Amino acid sequence: MKHTLVALMEDHPGVLNRVSSLFRRRGFNIESMSVGHTETPGISRMTIVVDSSDTSVEQVTKQLYRLIEVLKVSDVTADPNVARELVMIKVHAPSSRRAELSSLADVFEAKIVDVAHDSLMLELSANPDKVENFIELVRPFGIREMVRTGRVAMVRGSNSHAAEAYVKTA
Amino acid sequence: MSETRSGAQIMCEALIREGVEVMFGYPGGAIMPFYHALPEYPELRHVLVRHEQAAGHAAEGYARASGKVGVCVATSGPGATNLVTAIADAMMDSVPMVAITGQVAAQFIGKDAFQETDVTGITQPITKHNYLVTNIEDIAYVLKEAFHIARTGRPGPVLVDIAKNAMVARTTPRWPDKVNLAGYKPNYEGNRRQIREAIRLIGEAKKPLILAGRGIQLAGAFAELRELAERTGIPVITTLLGIGAFPENHPLALGMPGMHGWVHNNRAIQECDLLLNLGSRFDDRVTGKTSTFAPHAKIVHVDIDPSEIGKNIRVDVPIVGDVQNVLRAILEELPARDAAEWVRHIHAIRDQHLQRQQYTRPDTDMFMPHDVFAAFTRILNERGAYRVCTDVGQHQMWAAQLIDWLRPHTHITSGGLGTMGFALPAAMGAQIAQPNETVWAVAGDGGIQMNIQELATIRQEGLPIKIAIINNGYLGMVRQWQELFHERRYSATPMWSPDFVKVAEAYGIPGICVTHQSQVEDAFNTAYATDGPVLLEFQVEREVNVYPMVAPGASISEMITESPMAVV
Ligand SMILES: Cc1ncc(C[n+]2csc(CCOP(=O)(O)OP(=O)(O)O)c2C)c(N)n1
Ligand SMILES: [Mg+2]
Repeated sequence: MKHTLVALMEDHPGVLNRVSSLFRRRGFNIESMSVGHTETPGISRMTIVVDSSDTSVEQVTKQLYRLIEVLKVSDVTADPNVARELVMIKVHAPSSRRAELSSLADVFEAKIVDVAHDSLMLELSANPDKVENFIELVRPFGIREMVRTGRVAMVRGSNSHAAEAYVKTA
Repeated sequence: MSETRSGAQIMCEALIREGVEVMFGYPGGAIMPFYHALPEYPELRHVLVRHEQAAGHAAEGYARASGKVGVCVATSGPGATNLVTAIADAMMDSVPMVAITGQVAAQFIGKDAFQETDVTGITQPITKHNYLVTNIEDIAYVLKEAFHIARTGRPGPVLVDIAKNAMVARTTPRWPDKVNLAGYKPNYEGNRRQIREAIRLIGEAKKPLILAGRGIQLAGAFAELRELAERTGIPVITTLLGIGAFPENHPLALGMPGMHGWVHNNRAIQECDLLLNLGSRFDDRVTGKTSTFAPHAKIVHVDIDPSEIGKNIRVDVPIVGDVQNVLRAILEELPARDAAEWVRHIHAIRDQHLQRQQYTRPDTDMFMPHDVFAAFTRILNERGAYRVCTDVGQHQMWAAQLIDWLRPHTHITSGGLGTMGFALPAAMGAQIAQPNETVWAVAGDGGIQMNIQELATIRQEGLPIKIAIINNGYLGMVRQWQELFHERRYSATPMWSPDFVKVAEAYGIPGICVTHQSQVEDAFNTAYATDGPVLLEFQVEREVNVYPMVAPGASISEMITESPMAVV
C-alpha cells in the first residue's frame, strides 16, 4: 500500500541531501519525494510516497526524526487529504489528431500550454490516479517527452501541518 | 564592550566553556589558525597523535572512560578523511564525540582547492549531525549546539568543519546561553502506560530474562539494574558493550550472549517467556538469525532512540526513554518476586558445558591464550583500579569472556564497527581520563600494527599504559572462520610480525616477550612494577579457536562448542 508522508524540516543547505542519503543508506524504496517552501520562512515541506509492502513506513518516519533538522513527520494516508501531481507531456500531434487530443485534454481538464507544428504540450495537475490515467490515454498518440513532479498533499479541514508552530523563538 | 577575538580564539574559548580539558589532534594548513591560538589557552591540553585515526579513537577512549565528550581535531582533506573510521566507530557505539576539522577558505570551497574534501558530505551517514561553518559569527553557537547534540539523547559523534576564513576573521564574540533546536527533543521519560505493562509482564513471567546493553552504561543505571535484578531474582545477560553494567561475580550475572556468548545464555534467550532489553540494540551478533530469536518471549525494549525499537526484532512493549528514568519508574511500583527455579535451570545448562577457563589443551608446548587471560583476570582483581581497552579479533572475545568484569566503564572496546587498531589509541584517551588507574591495551598481532605508531605519542605524553599483545601469528579471528567455514584455506591470514620488544624499545618503551606459561604471571607483575608504559608480547598457541560460537547467519539455538558433551 502506498503511504503519503508529510515532513517539515528546517530549510538548511544540505538538508535535502541528508534526507535522500538516509533513504539510500537504509535501503528505503521511495516512490516520490517533492520539496519546497512553506508559508513559514525557513521551513521546507516534503511530501514522500512510500510503498509499505517493501519499506517499513514506521522505520522511515523514525529514521527521519533522527535528522536534527526534521521537525515533524506525519503519515497522512488515512486522513482525508488533497493530493496532487503535475505532469507535462509533449505529445506527437499532427493536425489530423489534434481535435482528438484536445477533447481528451478537455475531459481531464488538462491545459494545452504550447503548440508546435507537429506536437502539443499538455499540462495536467490532478490527483495521482487521474494523472496516471491521463498518461495512459495519451500514450498511444506518441509521447515525445514527459516530466512529472512528485506528489504533494495537504490534509483537508482546519490545518494540521502549519509550519508556523516550529518557528524558532530566539 | 568586550574585546574582539579571532575565530580561532572563539573556538578555543567555546571548548573551554564546554568543559573540554583535552583534545587529540594533528595540525595542517587549514586548521593552522586554530593551532596558532591554542597556546594562548594553557587550560586546553592538546595531545599530538601520530595519525588522525588515533586522534579519533583516543577521543573515544576518553569519552568511554569518563562519560564526557571526547574531542579530536584535524586539518582539511587527508586529515579529515583519516578521522572517518573513528567517527564511524563512535556512531556505532553511541560515543559522545566532537570532531573539529579545518576547511579551506569559503571562496575556495567547491573549487577542488588544495586539501579540500567534502567532509560534511563524507561523514553525513556516520555522524549524529554535522556542520560546515564559513562565517565567524556562527562558530560560538555551532560549537555549543555540537556539544549539546553529542552528549544528549543517544550520544554520538558530531563533526564541525570550519573554514579557514572564519578562523582568521575577527569579531566581538556573542556567547549563546542556550541552544535552540526545534527538531531535536530526546524523550527521557518512558510512557507510563507501557511502563505499567512492563511491570505487569514482569509479575506474570515464569522465565524472565534481562538483556543489558550499552544504554545502561550511558545512562549510569547500574544501581537501578541491580535493584531490578535483586528485587525480582531475574538473571542478567550483558552484551559486549554492556559488560560492566552488572558485576559478573553477582549470583544473577550470566555473562555474554550471542555469537561468542555462553551456551546457557543463548539457551535461556530461546526459552525465556519475557525478555527485558534494557538499552541494547539487538545487534545481529547478539540475535543471530532474527526470525528464530527468542521465539517464546514477550519482548520489552527500552531505548532512548525510537528508531531502534522494532528495527531488527519485533517488540511487544516499546519504551522510549532514558533507561535510568524508566527503571526508576518501574521500581517505584514493582513488587518483589523470585525466579529461583528458572535461574537453577539456566545454571544447570551452564554446568553441562565447559566453564570459562577450561578448554581443550592441544598437544603442544605452547601456552594458551586462556592461560594469559586467567592470569590477567587474577592480577586485575588483585591490583584493582583498571581499564582494559581491547582491539578486535579472538583476543577481544577471550577478554570479554574470560576476565571477571566487575565495574562499569572498565571494559572499552569497539563493538559495532569492530575496528582493528582501536585499542592502543583508545587506551591513550582512557589513561588521560583516568590518570590514577592502570590502563591496559590488549591487542592481537594484527590490530596492534594498525596504530602502532602511537607508541610515540604514549612516550611523548608519558602515558603509563600497559600493552599486552596476544601474538598468535595470524589474523586469528579470520583464520578461525577459514578453519570452520572455508575449508581451512588460510588465505591472507598467516602474518609475520616484527620483534615487538625491539619495536617498543625503539620508542623508548620497555618490552617483555613471554614464550612460556611459567613467565606469564611474572610478566604481569613486572608490568605493574614498572613506572610508565610497558609492552608485553605473549607468543601463544597459534591455532586456537574462540568457543562457543554461533555460525554467522545461524540461529543462536545452534552453537558450535569444542566439548563433545556440549552438543546443543
Ligand atoms: C580495520 C579492520 N580490518 C579488518 C578487520 C577484519 N578482522 C576482524 S578480526 C581480524 C583478525 C585480527 O587479528 P589479530 O589482530 O591478530 O587478532 P586475533 O584475532 O588474532 O586475536 C580481522 C582481519 C577488522 N575488524 N578491522
Ligand atoms: Mg593474531
